Amino acid sequence: MEKGKENRTQGVLKRISGPVVTAVGLDAHMYDVVKVGNEELMGEVIKIQGENVIIQVYEDTAGIRPGEPVSNTGLSLAVELGPGLLTSIYDGIQRPLEVLMDKMGNFIERGVSAPGLSHEKKWEFVPTVKAGDEVKAGDIIGTVQETNIVHKIMVPPRSKGGKVKKITAGSFTVDETVCTLEDGTEITMLQRWPVRVPRPVKEKLNPDVPLITGQRILDGLFPIAKGGTAAIPGPFGSGKTVTQQQLAKWSDAEIVVYIGCGERGNEMTEVLTEFPELEDPKTGKPLMERTVLIANTSNMPVAAREASVYTGITIAEYFRDMGYDVSLMADSTSRWAEAMREISSRLEEMPGEEGYPAYLSARLSEFYERAGRVIALNGEGGSVSVIGAVSPPGGDFSEPVTQNTLRIVKVFWALDAKLSQRRHFPAINWLNSYSLYLDALNEWYDKEVSPEWNPLRAWAMGVLQKEAELQEIVQLVGSDALPDEEQITIEVARMIREIFLQQNAYDAVDTFCPMSKQYHMMKAIKRYADLARAAQAGGATPAQVIGVKSKNELPQIKFIKDYEPELEKIMKQMEAEFDAMRTV
Amino acid sequence: MKEYRTVTQIAGPLVFVEKTEPVGYSELVNIVTADGTVKRGQVLDTSDEIVVVQVFETTAGIGRDSGIRFTGETIKMPVGRDMLGRILSGGGKPIDGGPEIVPEKRLEITGAAINPYARSSPEDFIQTGISTIDGTNTLVRGQKLPIFSASGLPHNDVALQIARQAKVPGSTEEFAVVFAAMGITREEANYFMADFEKTGALERSVVFLNLADDPAVERTITPRLALTTAEYLAFDLGYHVLVILTDMTNYCEALRQIGAAREEVPGRRGYPGYMYTDLASIYERAGIIKGVKGSVTQIPILTMPGDDITHPIPDLTGYITEGQIVVNRELHRKGIYPPINVLPSLSRLMNLGIGKGHTREDHKKVSDQLYAAYAEGNDLRGLVAIVGKDALSERDRMFLEFADLFEDRFVRQGLYEDRSIEETLDLGWELLATLPEEQLVRIDRELIQKYHPKYRKKAQG
Repeated sequence: MEKGKENRTQGVLKRISGPVVTAVGLDAHMYDVVKVGNEELMGEVIKIQGENVIIQVYEDTAGIRPGEPVSNTGLSLAVELGPGLLTSIYDGIQRPLEVLMDKMGNFIERGVSAPGLSHEKKWEFVPTVKAGDEVKAGDIIGTVQETNIVHKIMVPPRSKGGKVKKITAGSFTVDETVCTLEDGTEITMLQRWPVRVPRPVKEKLNPDVPLITGQRILDGLFPIAKGGTAAIPGPFGSGKTVTQQQLAKWSDAEIVVYIGCGERGNEMTEVLTEFPELEDPKTGKPLMERTVLIANTSNMPVAAREASVYTGITIAEYFRDMGYDVSLMADSTSRWAEAMREISSRLEEMPGEEGYPAYLSARLSEFYERAGRVIALNGEGGSVSVIGAVSPPGGDFSEPVTQNTLRIVKVFWALDAKLSQRRHFPAINWLNSYSLYLDALNEWYDKEVSPEWNPLRAWAMGVLQKEAELQEIVQLVGSDALPDEEQITIEVARMIREIFLQQNAYDAVDTFCPMSKQYHMMKAIKRYADLARAAQAGGATPAQVIGVKSKNELPQIKFIKDYEPELEKIMKQMEAEFDAMRTV
Repeated sequence: MKEYRTVTQIAGPLVFVEKTEPVGYSELVNIVTADGTVKRGQVLDTSDEIVVVQVFETTAGIGRDSGIRFTGETIKMPVGRDMLGRILSGGGKPIDGGPEIVPEKRLEITGAAINPYARSSPEDFIQTGISTIDGTNTLVRGQKLPIFSASGLPHNDVALQIARQAKVPGSTEEFAVVFAAMGITREEANYFMADFEKTGALERSVVFLNLADDPAVERTITPRLALTTAEYLAFDLGYHVLVILTDMTNYCEALRQIGAAREEVPGRRGYPGYMYTDLASIYERAGIIKGVKGSVTQIPILTMPGDDITHPIPDLTGYITEGQIVVNRELHRKGIYPPINVLPSLSRLMNLGIGKGHTREDHKKVSDQLYAAYAEGNDLRGLVAIVGKDALSERDRMFLEFADLFEDRFVRQGLYEDRSIEETLDLGWELLATLPEEQLVRIDRELIQKYHPKYRKKAQG
């Protein structure tokens, strides 16, 4: 602002067209938050054109007239970060849905604001530095036991830092000063951070530890690294949401941020009712205690949907800075892209492919680039893994959102409607999917699972690939026409699919499969394959080899928690059956 | 109320008015033509220079001399208890010759979104008496489950059978039905009305009729009027409401028509880019609210242009709704009613409403096994066409026969045949029993021993 020129923070509305409105007589910067109309609806500046300031409004604009006032807050869209985030459920602009319900009942009306964190609740603050210590931006100065998760209180990233003058233990609200620096800077437990700006880090590292999800096809064949990015594209009904929810439930991240972006209301309710009841397999505490939910369902305002992914990733980065491994699920990024398209078309921008704005690709890559394994400003190591669902129209992967996403992410879990139709779940196609982290993670699997694991995985992928080729022949001539050896390959591939790849998300035991069990299961299948080959070389017919009874017991292993004695029994039986084949 | 005579342009259903006082976005507008007829419209875009009004009826008769009155409020719908049993136009006016509705409340027709936090998880099993729905694609209260059909298929019969037979076993609460027709023919409408009257369903129904020759633009408000009524019946009066919307394809065509008239940048196949959001604002108006008695369950019907499930209308619908029931031409040609193809059909909320305490403990596993076996048998049909039945292995032949049996016994049922869930599941077991026991890999042994006809007979005998 030039000196002497009056700062015009108050303007008037000139035009209203759905969620996009135009104001005049207002000084504004891009992405400033403004209050629109007599009801003070929240909006954000998205375009400045001469005297016209164009604003996207986060609430329904029905009934708003030209001439009503618009005021600029001068702030950008920001989230409140501090104790109280965990177990919360927010809309796209961090208004707690529970508070909204108290204020306006069962339906979401407009014109109600609510802070992201409770400003009344007191938290027990325990300092970890003392007066006289030197602190800099990002440093941890104390802790709060928030749930079973310890919330670390940090010096805000943009602070200059300095020597601690006074720091007090005790019970505080997020607004009260807990620490004063020599230069008079007061630090509270609350930070505000603009959602469209990534939080700074000291260094980005390469991912080399897998995010263990307990899902066999993911951990076993197509793993994602902590700090990595993955996309799950799939037509409707192929199980995107179930897969996302499984990841939210079982991935071994310490914090989970789940964004329901333009999805179904009933689905969010399912998450809300289920998570508090489910136990974290590591801590035994309710999963909800480590979770932040953001729910902007498909019929909630479209501009808030656009903001919701930024709100989510900013919260994820905040926990990462404390040194936690965070995983963020966005379901679905296509709805986010559609929100961009809708706003863009109201702005009458020149469209790119299929009406999406030309900056779609840039926005997507900026978002996924906020994932990563990092050394935070304070030296802690943390990570944000981002898993985005994509809903391609008509299941067509060549559409812009899928294609632009695939150019950025490292893991691709291709959902397949054909698989889900025959109730093969998770319906992830093993031929089309890939993970570019395999090489980086080999060492971890060697060390933590078994040196045999990597060769086993390669073997399994080989068999599945071979099966796909053979199936083409079977389609033409029938399976009996295949050579004996190939008939066994088909059988082994079927076992890999039905025993290893299929997993029942609704079974209490099978829903989470530890890596060690995955290894044992695959090893058992490989053992059968080896025995079968040997028997066949010794003259056994395919019918004999395939008719081995004990192998029909293998699928039951999935549903047994302490499976080892049973597995041992089955394998002994199997060896005996093959032995008998040889002696006959 | 001020009347403006400043119309500058009329294009399709849009009327442009200039030099007005500030007009609210979404406001209701009355347009008085030279002969005194009053037409209704809504503000689509407002600025201090020009206001764009979308007219719900034909623009015939509107000209520069027409008077435009801005009512100062958004479109509201008068609702009342005595709406049950009434037939209204697509614009909400009584057309059954009865009196005007006595309004107890006037509600915004756009309807606010239910706070996800206030929703209660749907879990009450609705028995429709149709095996392919109850057994393999279970409907629950508060769900939105569309029927994907195509022209020439008996989707109306399926919808009527559901409306007729739907009940929650063990509960005496009755369903109220809200029926909204958009652009269907008079003949089709009569078919629905006759059935409603015959079965006595009409007295617990509210019917909205926008027929094929009614203005297309009116279709864009018909489902909203119907859902506003449904929400009132459910959340104010405590009814369990079943909403049938037919045909959503006509609704989307109307949406495209308005988009084109506004010269908007089109999305796929000329449909507006905001069609997902627009459809969501209809479909999401289903559900149950914590601590409130009633519920809204939606069965929208749409016809897939060219039987193409990837067409934007079924595609976007499938992404919003909680599953879909797919009516299939091939089955229909085979003379099977209801021609529901279970393979592409799905109910996402099924797992919440089945199993112990809801239906029966074996429900999920039986359903999975039926699916898997039918899918396998169905795949083999393609193979048989090439190599002949004789080239199949013994195992393959059994699955092939299973597929035929499944269609003939499980899928096929009478128009008035109301199967209980036990009957449906037992029928499923009976069919599965034609396969060797070790092929039933999706069912655990305990359940097999409890429900497999082989063991049941033993236990009884």
